[in-house]
Amino acid sequence: MSIDLSQFHAVFFEESFEGLELMEAALLDLDVDNPDSEQINAIFRAAHSIKGGSGTFGFVQVSEFTHILETLLDKVRDGGHAIDADGIELFLQSVDCLRGLLEALQAEQEPDLQRANQLTGVFQAVLDGATYADSSSQVNTNPPQDKGINEVLEPELPVIPEAENLGAVRQQIGFKIDFKPDTDMLKGGNDPVRMLRELATLGEIKTTLDASELPPLESLVADNCYVSWHIELMTSCKIDDVEEVFEWVEDECELSITPIMADAPNTSNSQSEDAQSNSNLQATDTKGERLVMPSGPLPSLDKLQLPSPAVPKSSEAVHPIESSVQEAIKTPVEAKPAKAKPVKVESSSIRVGIDKVDSLINLVGELVITQSMLGQMGSASDSINEENISHLREGLVQLEQNTRELQDSVMRIRMLPISFTFNRLPRMVRDISLQLGKQVQLELSGENTELDKTVMEKISDPMVHLIRNALDHGIEMPELRKAAGKPELGTIALNAFHQGGSIVIEMRDDGGGIDTERLLAKARGNGLVGESELLTQDQKLELLFAPGLSTSEQVSDLSGRGVGMDVVRRNIQELNGSVEVSTEIGKGSKFRIRLPLTLAILDGQLVTVADQTYIFPLVSISESLQIDGARVNNLAGGSDVYSLREEYIPILRLDRLFGLRQGDAVLDGSLLVVIESEGQKIGVVVDELLAQQQVVIKSLEDNYIRVLGVSGATILGDGNVAMILDAVGLSSLAGKDIAAAKKLTDAAA
Amino acid sequence: MSTAEQQGAKNGLQQTLANGNQPSAQDFADQQQYLTFLMQDEEYGIDILNVQEIRGWGNVSPIPNAPNYVSGVINLRGAIVPVIDLRMLFHLSDSNYDENTVVIVLKVSTEKVNRIMGIVVDAVSDVFSLLPADKQPPPSVNRNFSHDFIEGLTEVKGKMVILLDSERLLHLENNL
Amino acid sequence: MTKILAVDDSASMRQMVVFTLQSAGYEVVEAADGQQALDIAEGTTFDLVLSDVNMPVMDGIQLVKQLRQLEAYKYTPILMLTTETSGDKKMAGKGAGATGWVVKPFNPDKLLATIKKVIG
Repeated sequence: MSIDLSQFHAVFFEESFEGLELMEAALLDLDVDNPDSEQINAIFRAAHSIKGGSGTFGFVQVSEFTHILETLLDKVRDGGHAIDADGIELFLQSVDCLRGLLEALQAEQEPDLQRANQLTGVFQAVLDGATYADSSSQVNTNPPQDKGINEVLEPELPVIPEAENLGAVRQQIGFKIDFKPDTDMLKGGNDPVRMLRELATLGEIKTTLDASELPPLESLVADNCYVSWHIELMTSCKIDDVEEVFEWVEDECELSITPIMADAPNTSNSQSEDAQSNSNLQATDTKGERLVMPSGPLPSLDKLQLPSPAVPKSSEAVHPIESSVQEAIKTPVEAKPAKAKPVKVESSSIRVGIDKVDSLINLVGELVITQSMLGQMGSASDSINEENISHLREGLVQLEQNTRELQDSVMRIRMLPISFTFNRLPRMVRDISLQLGKQVQLELSGENTELDKTVMEKISDPMVHLIRNALDHGIEMPELRKAAGKPELGTIALNAFHQGGSIVIEMRDDGGGIDTERLLAKARGNGLVGESELLTQDQKLELLFAPGLSTSEQVSDLSGRGVGMDVVRRNIQELNGSVEVSTEIGKGSKFRIRLPLTLAILDGQLVTVADQTYIFPLVSISESLQIDGARVNNLAGGSDVYSLREEYIPILRLDRLFGLRQGDAVLDGSLLVVIESEGQKIGVVVDELLAQQQVVIKSLEDNYIRVLGVSGATILGDGNVAMILDAVGLSSLAGKDIAAAKKLTDAAA
Repeated sequence: MSTAEQQGAKNGLQQTLANGNQPSAQDFADQQQYLTFLMQDEEYGIDILNVQEIRGWGNVSPIPNAPNYVSGVINLRGAIVPVIDLRMLFHLSDSNYDENTVVIVLKVSTEKVNRIMGIVVDAVSDVFSLLPADKQPPPSVNRNFSHDFIEGLTEVKGKMVILLDSERLLHLENNL
Repeated sequence: MTKILAVDDSASMRQMVVFTLQSAGYEVVEAADGQQALDIAEGTTFDLVLSDVNMPVMDGIQLVKQLRQLEAYKYTPILMLTTETSGDKKMAGKGAGATGWVVKPFNPDKLLATIKKVIG
């Protein structure tokens, strides 16, 4: 039977990536001066697991690379080898390397072994006695030895000639085996009968029981073994096969295996002495030791000793090289292969705790009960009377509760703790702060806060960007901090918690705060803001989210170009979320991201326009008001604007925008819903404000196409379809109206 | 094959039946069934394998800024399904909606997705079988918009039926 | 039916072992660490225990020691799943009372052959 192992690959990859994360977290957390043995054990186990699994499932390159990692880690945890900061850096790099190898294999591509080979060489040097710093620097200055991992590790074993090859005169036809189990061999669960059975599969056996040492019945202990066997096995198998049968018990028995040669004299116990001179191979026994001796001149004794760890063929004594460790460590960060990175496989599966599944099953059960109860009522009552109706009402209330609980329970299945995203951050903070020469610590709290898997996947990049910004622009260099009376170690604190039906992620840093004047200057330089324009503090902060703005002097590799805060905010808004920023010069900044717990359900405000029902995401609504005709300005070009406190906002008429029936021209007294998108307020005229409710978001694109201004649709209680409006899209549609309003606002300011 | 059967293969199913002959086993294997419907006194046909169901007209919510032939969307047991008024799509004279107005729900399955769409027609007629030989290519003259969706022409009981290509219809957005 | 208890902290290994053994007609229960295994073993009697060595909470060596204390498991065959480098681990396993070992990485057929030899 052959089993297809590839069906287990997905699980293997998933658990290996998890194991790598664990290793990384533990490595980052490890205190080199006083290492926690449990942490080291955990790191070892993670590497060990990956090695075992990769070997079993045929990922040889991973298995070989992890092998040396595991060997060194084993020594560290036994106390036989120390670990220092450079060592941790090396292990972290090997985590990266493994991740790369596994990702490639997962995407069914050829993994790039260059880094793995390099690191293997480093670790080998360390095992041979070099320090972490020296060996890593040596490898980086020497060209990587492309000799492959195998050669490095292959121990040198003395070659032992086989029995068959020598003395071809006589042919082995079998073995004489004396097998005397120790008294307590049985306690290990080994059964001599099994071994005899196994021997029988190798050839023909003849056994003779020796019960001479059997004590009298009264003193017989059932657990003990008092008997032994003399066995004659006629076979052409090698002695190795016979030895293998007794492999597990070699320490717990007296065993002698003597080959029987074709024209050997009658087998007897004296055979062993004769064999010494005649046979080529002999296994003699003493307790626990079996020597296998080759024929001919005995090789020197040290060759026979257990092989020492392999010496890499090309290395001389490792001599320390002057180059600094920092340099050696820095190189790998930049030397990331420029080739096409294997496509990151987005997992379309989710791990669910069995408790969630059980809860779901229970709730469905209750739903079924309610349904059958209602069904009974429906069929039983031919007459509609008071009693039946009140029963029906009760049943419906019950149904509502069931469905609500079921909905909550099902949503929870898609939820994962935010720690999945938080986990990659400590490493990133460490690497980047090292690179920038800053000292920053990352404090995480609320890692167990759960949110929808897809939301989490999509918020990951924006969060990374915010943190990079904080590292790059927020936290100052240690000298500056010291001069300002702050601790040299800067702190970025990430906190996640539930609030209402949302999840809030707060990011605080104790850096220098956001210099709004510089932002303003930059915006003026870009032409975004007029020279004479005056802005409120809030408006200046808003500039942070304007596209194309970067106030770093040298555009650093990290956050200076490309992805900007505008993209961050748009990504968050596309998730029906919001982001706010507050800052204090010299003290720090705080970003607050609010996200819905799920993408499938939306808190919406129902409105009617021209007899059609539409839904605004509640999170996009800034306020609703009744239009005061006096504040309405009709502009040339057809736009209407509304004077809302200190600004003018464009008035959007959905009936016109959507090609519905033309509404009345009179705006006075009509309802205006003020929505906000990308910092821009828009007023939308509606006929009526209906209820606020949760709606299930259904895609319009499954069977149709994307429609501008609409993010999806939902099915209302009456079975009709209602469009869910999209603030970003609406502002696109109303582009020129918005521009006109802005001009007016600027002019008035 | 007997001469009658050979004839049948060349003649198409309708001809075979008209001649009073029996369709062959091969005919049965090759035949396609079409649902015919009426639009402004013209008969149209569509592969019945693409027809999921037939509904009455009602409860259609308009889609903002959609072309005039896109009537809107309906709730089909929880799925949001667009409804196309074929009469408007084919520029036939004003369509009205009354008790006979029918929405044929079409479905096309590819390896990736299923696509569902409803088409508004005047009334549904009949179902009949066709062999490939029964179908003629559409005429090259008279190219208008609707031409893109015509798979071919055929004749049933003396009447011309315009056969529509469901796949092209369901990928209407390429023409939008 | 022959019952086997499979213990390994790696989910993919467990899946593979369980699948392999079940395909061969054995009844299998799995555990992710020694403590879990011990709890399960106390409740049900198994004909064979297959255990990894390196596991959190309670490792394989500890598990063997604990199992051997139980009356029901005094002679039950217990096989350690061990990697080839840890020669001393094999001895530690035996010292704790294990019956034998299966060397990782192993292929499913090898595992089945070994188990068959032990419990038939």
